[in-house]
Formats: sequence, structure tokens, C-alpha cells
Amino acid sequence: MTRTVLTVDDSRTMRDMLRMALAGAGFNVVEAVDGEHGLEVLSAHRPDVIITDINMPKLDGFGFIEAVRVDDDYRAIPILVLTTESDPSKKQRAREAGATGWIVKPFNPEKLVEAIRRVAA
Amino acid sequence: MDELEAIKVTFFQECEELLADLEGGLLTMQDGNEDSDTVNAVFRAVHSIKGGAGAFGLEPLVRFAHVFETLLDALRSNEIPGSADLTALLLRASDVLADHVSAARGLGMVDMDASAAMAAELKAVTDPSAAPAVAAPVAPVDDEMGIAFTPLVVGADDDAGLDDDDMDFGFQPMTISLDAQAADAAVLDNVWTVSIRPKSDLYRKANETGLLLRELARLGPIQATLDDSVLPTLEFLDAEAAYVTWSVRVETEEGEEAIREVFEFVDGDCELEITRGEAPVADVLATLLEVAAPAPAAPVIEEPVFEAPVAPEPVVVAPPVVASAPVSAPPPAAPPVAANAPSAPAAKPAQIDVPGPGQSVIRVDPERIDHLIDLVGELVINQAMLAQRVGEYGIAPSSNLAMGLDELEQLTRQIQDSVMAIRAQPVKSVFQRMPRLVREVANMTGKQARLVMDGENTEVDKTVIERLADPITHMLRNAIDHGLESPEERKAAGKNPEGVVRLAALHRSGRIVIEVQDDGKGINRERVLSIAVKKGLISPDITLTDEEIDNLIFLPGFSTADKISDVSGRGVGMDVVKRSVQALGGRISISSRPGLGSTFTLSLPLTLAVLDGMVVDVAGETLVIPLACIVESLRPKAEEIRPLGPTGSVLAVRDSFVPLIDVGLTLNYRDKSPPPTEGVVLLVEGEDGSRAALVADAIHGQRQVVIKSLEQNYQQVEGVAAATILGDGRVALILDVDAVINLRRRGPPIPSDPTLIAAE
Amino acid sequence: MNEPVITSSAERREMISFRVGIQEYCVDIMAVREIRGWSPATTLPQSPAYMRGVINLRGAVLPIMDLASRIGMPTTEPSVRSVFIVVQAGDRTVGLLVDAVSDILSITDDMCQPTPDISCENVRHFVRGIISIEGRMISEISLDRLLPEREALAA
Repeated sequence: MTRTVLTVDDSRTMRDMLRMALAGAGFNVVEAVDGEHGLEVLSAHRPDVIITDINMPKLDGFGFIEAVRVDDDYRAIPILVLTTESDPSKKQRAREAGATGWIVKPFNPEKLVEAIRRVAA
Repeated sequence: MDELEAIKVTFFQECEELLADLEGGLLTMQDGNEDSDTVNAVFRAVHSIKGGAGAFGLEPLVRFAHVFETLLDALRSNEIPGSADLTALLLRASDVLADHVSAARGLGMVDMDASAAMAAELKAVTDPSAAPAVAAPVAPVDDEMGIAFTPLVVGADDDAGLDDDDMDFGFQPMTISLDAQAADAAVLDNVWTVSIRPKSDLYRKANETGLLLRELARLGPIQATLDDSVLPTLEFLDAEAAYVTWSVRVETEEGEEAIREVFEFVDGDCELEITRGEAPVADVLATLLEVAAPAPAAPVIEEPVFEAPVAPEPVVVAPPVVASAPVSAPPPAAPPVAANAPSAPAAKPAQIDVPGPGQSVIRVDPERIDHLIDLVGELVINQAMLAQRVGEYGIAPSSNLAMGLDELEQLTRQIQDSVMAIRAQPVKSVFQRMPRLVREVANMTGKQARLVMDGENTEVDKTVIERLADPITHMLRNAIDHGLESPEERKAAGKNPEGVVRLAALHRSGRIVIEVQDDGKGINRERVLSIAVKKGLISPDITLTDEEIDNLIFLPGFSTADKISDVSGRGVGMDVVKRSVQALGGRISISSRPGLGSTFTLSLPLTLAVLDGMVVDVAGETLVIPLACIVESLRPKAEEIRPLGPTGSVLAVRDSFVPLIDVGLTLNYRDKSPPPTEGVVLLVEGEDGSRAALVADAIHGQRQVVIKSLEQNYQQVEGVAAATILGDGRVALILDVDAVINLRRRGPPIPSDPTLIAAE
Repeated sequence: MNEPVITSSAERREMISFRVGIQEYCVDIMAVREIRGWSPATTLPQSPAYMRGVINLRGAVLPIMDLASRIGMPTTEPSVRSVFIVVQAGDRTVGLLVDAVSDILSITDDMCQPTPDISCENVRHFVRGIISIEGRMISEISLDRLLPEREALAA
């Protein structure tokens, strides 16, 4: 059964790179351009995993994760955070918001798939 | 790799947009608006550029962007205050960043010294102690897993990590017989015992112990036991609290690091203890087991727990053992998708849903559009040919055939309009580069200049847009270099030391008009006149209007070489600019008010592809006159024609008198003009508003024609803007109305061909 | 003439030869795009006498040059046998008006001679060399010199 990944990132380049890695690994990919959009797409497609950036306009990664975790329908979906920031406080904040795990940019496709594997059944 | 290359192209396109956003945001801040949205947007622009650059390994760009981003991060978190000076610094940094992007694209080089100096300046803001020397290279971006990993050992007595749920640490150890294990003494080195006690937070983040165990199992065979001794009765059970403890025996060669890594994501969300060797019997619990139940998609932990009665019987559930360990139970069912994923046979093209926020957009290869436009152009020609042939057969206009053809013409026209609209773009993309240019030119010439832009959304065909950049660049350079006074001069004149340059785009009479206006000192007409006379460009006794004097700067050979303020090492005379503009069928002129400033006006056709024209007959030649220039057409009466001077005539049109021009004579199709009353007169207006009455022999009708270039295979011909192919398949020339008016005005034609007779 | 030195005399080039008046000329076949029958050209104003005008070549505007006139000989009077030889010179495509096409020749280096030093400057300028074959004298045209330099016009 093909699993669906929702990618949320305001950078087109990043979305393309994620899609390339994920599709190559057999995932179905749906995309959103920021946190607010992500919530819309979330309700339309029920992804099995979410990958989100942190810095985005309208609703950033933290806000998006918190909103997802508050919603009964979606709180059990694993969320991976994309970060270039090695700053531990940012990662901590993401975790406090409810992130399941993280991937550091630049990512390589194998690590990406491995991270998904670690958080998704 | 092709896909990666395609994404790289996307990345550089995105960089263009991000750099524009960056500059736009910084300019907004410079205008005094420093709200957090703007600052955040500025931060994000640099952050995104860095992120993408990292993905492609563009090291120098990444390093510079990182320093830039760090400063912006501090700014947006209010760790450092904003200021006009800071914004100016950030603007300069954005220029350097843009250079890095260009260099990364292979279009140009970065001055590494300047870049290092800039980086040092940026760093000094957040860290004043850092000497503004050559900036040390920034620590490279973290690789995939290498986050500075501090293994967290949460000991049993470490209260810090414990959260306040009702988790009591008491459990009754049960004895087990380890004899069966003894045989494995030889591999004791590779045996580890991992004790995991998840806290509720772990589940709140959608992590699952089952997955953790599965991951552990990838390192080697595992045996896991569950202690649920503190599991309360159902009525006290909080479905999301954590009550159980796992103890896992792992056999692996990979070492403690690898085991810790498995728990990286849940660091802090569970109590973790990793010890080498078998678990001491006293501390570990009950039975061992080996299994292989494939983990179902649903959380593994919850279900069996609910089934279990309160009694502390060891309930055992364990995740699949992936390694081919001594497993007596049936081999694990194929583990879920992830393991399959890397070897997925034909990677199905992922369904990409990008429900765009509001509006959907598709990306099209420009070549396809160009091809489409060419085809539509041919369609127009064909349809015209058809109409012509049918017309020659004398079909009644009211017949079905004629009406059908009319409809065809309407449709063709609509298709053409629609297709042209696809290719129309706002001039914004060209305007965007200008603020930086203005900054640089002002810098180099010691002037202070502010650029104000207007009409960036004015649309123009792609064919024209690309040709706008050069003329606009030269006009701006000229305005700042020659137009604006130095700050001291301006102050002395009572002006703001900072000059204003206005760049505007608008549509006017079917063309696109670009204006560059400065509030400088205007053209020094005496000087211009004397230079022109000195260089033999005009005769000394000629009288010219102010406007004509101003436009002398466009004469070839005029450029004032005494002003050696060569911007970017390249001083370009306005005559070169004028020629290239004309090659596009465009016009450029200047008007000036001494002491107040000058305005360059550049006008270009909206598209270099099609034109609405009036097809006329002149001396047996078929010509097309652009409809946009035609004010009206008339049949002159004899009394309306008045001679003026030895050879000229004017036409009385209502209250004014307009010069009569025989196009046939001007273009040298004939030596003598037939009486204008036998022909037809087209009253035309040139770009500068001057009017003339063009005499043609007959009018054939209005047509939309496809413009074909003469320059491509031949060269520019004076008086001719371009060519087109009419319905009969023959080439017809498109008249350059302004040139015709001017040809006539100027007097003797180009001396290179003495066989040509003066038009007058 | 700045011709590349052809080391191997076995290297053959193919040329299309044609008649201008009673004289024979040729051009390298690699530069020839097509041969078109004569059709009336639209006059170009303000142009040298050797530019006959432009015609429609499948939607593109093709300038027509009277080769005779270009070399300095009397202008060609087109006849039913006149043809346009469409050639590519640099980035431009041009049609050469000639009286008739003769044939295709396969020539080797040893058949080529330098242009005789006669006084006519046009000849020295436009003729690359002379080919002697079967008793005929065929002058090879230097294509890139035919077209005038693109002049940008002052106004």
C-alpha cells in the first residue's frame, strides 16, 4: 500500500528535492507551501507522515505542528521537521511543539527515507 | 541526475525571486517600515537560499549566506536593534549575496576579498569583539545525522527528565534462568541491554516504542521484554500515559553509539539506559522471548496492554526481528514499506498535488509558446491569403462563404490575442535589477540617488522585455552620472542632497513607454550646442529649438569623452543606445528643464511579433503603416493644399497646417510626386507628437500583420521598421513613420550613396 | 586569400557552379540551403543597386542580391531561367540572383589556383580562387564578403 507523505516548505527547490527523494522511494507525495496551506492539504489528504520546514510565512513550522497535535484527527501522524539549524534550542522547540523527529538539511535521500521509517509504521 | 539538474535550475530561478524579495524587504525597511513580518521575510529569503545552496554543495554561497542569516536571525529575534546604518549594511550584503548566487550559477565571479570583508562586517554586528579581519570560514553545515550528539543517559535517580505523570518506579523483578544464555558468552562483547521507559510525551509526538524496537532490531537480533507491573486497572488507565518499561537485549557489533542513535528522536521523552552485557538478573525482568509478529500499523503497545488484566503477568509482545537471528518462530513477515521502499521496482511518478493557495499555475517551456506564436502567425497569414483569393473570385460579402471567412478572421484574431497574452509579462522582472544598479552608479560617481519605480506591472511581450534592460540601464546611468549634481551642489542649490530618479512604465497609444526622470540640473544647452558644432555634427548657423538641442546628445560621435566617469568601465554614448532602440522599432528622446531635471522617454512596440496596420499602395509598392500612428485618413481637396517654400506643401487640416510628405518620394520609389488630390492622405503622428500628412496612392484596408525582421538576414533600412508577408505571399515593408517624418525634415540623405536624390 | 592550407590533396569539396552572364562562378555546396525559381522581389528603399529586394521564403524575409551587380557587372535581367541560390553566410541567409545553375562539381585542391591579379578590386575582393576543370574556368565566390557589413543607421 503506497503511503502518502505531506511535505510543507515554502521553498520550491526544497519541495522538488523532497519529491524526488520520496517518489523515488515509492511514496505518494502531496505538497503545501506554508503552515496555513499545510493544514488545508492535511484535511484533504490523510498523509501517513508529514515533513515540514520551520521557517515559513503565514504559519511557521512550530505553529503548524502545534495545530496538528491539537487536532484529534491528526495528532498521531508522525511529523518530521526539516532543519538547517543545528541550534539545539530550535530543535528543542520543535520537539516541544510535538515533532516526532527531524532531518537536517542538506539531507540525502537515504537518510530521509530512514528517518521516515523510524517514525512511521 | 537529469531530475537533479532540473531542480537545480528551479533553485536558481527561486534564488532570483528570493533575492528580489530580499531586496524588496530591505528597501521597505529602509523606508522606515521595520515590522516583524518584513524582517522575518528578509530572514527567510536568505535562509531559503542557504538551504537550497547546501543541498547542491555550493560552498562559498552557503558560507556567506550563513553569516548573513545569523545576523538576520539575531535581528528578527530582537537580539540586536535595527537602524538605518544596519539596513544599509544589509543592502550591501544582499548585493554580495547576489554575486555569490551568480557565481554559483557560473555567471560571473565573486570578489572574494570583498566578500570576506563583508562577512567580517556582518559578524562584527553580532559579535563586536570579532576583529574585522578576514572572516574565518564558518563551520560547515551539519551533515545528516551529525548533530552535536550528547548522549543522554537518564539515570534512575535523574529527576530532571521525569515528568509528572503517575509513573512510579517500582516493579517486581522476576527471576529468570540465564543458563540458556551461557552459551553465548563468547559474544558477550556484542551484547547490550537497553532499558526503555517511555514517558507520555513520547506518544504525544506520535513516536512509538514498537518502531523504536524495530529500529533496534535492525542493528541485530533482539529480545525484548515488557514490564507492565505498574499498569493500572482499566478505569484508571490513561490511554496516553506511559506505564510500561521495555528491556531489550540487543546483539550487535555496531556499538553503543549506534544504539543511542536509534533513540535520537525520543531523547528526553523516555528514560534510557544502555549497559553492556547481559542485564544483571536482579535488575531485569522476566522471560525472554523471540518472536516474529509483524508490527501492525496501529500502535503496538496500546492493544496488548488493554487486553492484559491487571495482574503482573509478563505479557510479551515484541517487534519483528529483522536480522536472520536464531529465531525459532516463523520468520518475520515482510517488514512494512520502508524496507521495501529503497528497492521499490518502478518508482511510480508521485502524484503531485499542489493545491495552490487560491490560484493554479502551470509552468510551460517558453519554446513551446514561441512555437505556438509562430504557428498562429502563419495561421494569420494563411487566413489573409484565403480571404484575398476568395475576394478575387468576387464572392458577395453577404454570402455564407464570405461571412464564414469573416468569422474565421475574428477567431484567428482572438486566438492571436490570447496567445500573445500568454507571453506578455510585467516589466517588473527588468525593473527589479535597477535599484541595485542605481546604488552602484551612485556609489561610483559620488552622488546620492534614490530610485522610485512606477508601473512595474505594465505588461509587454516577452520579445520586448528582454531588450528593455540595456536601454534602461544606460538611461539610468546617464541620469545619475550626468543629470544629478553632487550632494554639495544640490545643497547649494537648495535641493535635497539626495537626488530622485523616477523609472516608470506605461502604455500609450498602443506602445509601451518607459520614462526615466531625474531632478538634476538638466541639460546644459550651450555646452551641448558648442560640442555639436565643434565636432562638426551640425552647422554653426543653424537654429534649433530647445528640444532639438536636447536631442543632439543622440547624434553619433557626440558622447562627451571628457567626462571620464566611466561607470563599470564602460561609457556608452547615447547614440549607440538610440540605434539599438531603433533596431527594435523603438524611439528614444529626451526633454529637459534647466535646473530642474531631464526626462528620457523610450517607446517600444508592445510586441515585436504582430502589428495592426493599414495596407497602402505607393508607387506600385505595397506598404503597411502602423495603425497606432494613424490619426485619420482623408481625401484632400485641392483648396486644402497650400504650397510652402520652393518645393514643399502643407495640408490645411481644420485649424492647423501639416506638412505633406509623399512616401514614394521619400523612399525613393519615384522622382516626382503625383498630385495629392489623386491619392489618399493619412494623417499621422510621430512619437514626439509632430504631425505629418503622408500621401499614398491607394488604401487596401486594415490588416493585422505578423512582423518579420529585416535585420535578421539583412540590416536595418531607413524608413522601414520591419517587413511582413501579405495574403498574396509577397513581402510588404512596414513603414517607420517617425523615420519618414524625420528623413524629410533632415534634408540631404546619407552621403554614402550619391545616386539618391534629395527628398525635397 | 586566407584559405586554410589543405594538407591532403585527396580532400574533395563539392561546389555548385552557376552562370552569371557568360561567366561561371561557384560556391561551396555546404553553404547552399536551396535553389528557388525566380519570383518578383519587394523593393527595398535606400538600398544599393545590387540589392534587388526581399522575397518570402516560407515565412521568413529573404534578401535578394544580384550577384552580377555586386561584383560590378551590369545588373541581371531576370529571365525564366534565372534562379535564386539561397545561401547561408555567417548568421544570415541570402538569395543570390544568377542566370542559371550549371552543375555540381567535385573538386580537389590541385584544381584550385589563386585569383589572377587583375586590376578590378571587386574581383580580388569577392573571388576566392579559380578552379580549372575540363577546360572551364570557374571562379569561387567568397560568401562572407558578399554581404555588406551591418550598418546601424543614424537618424
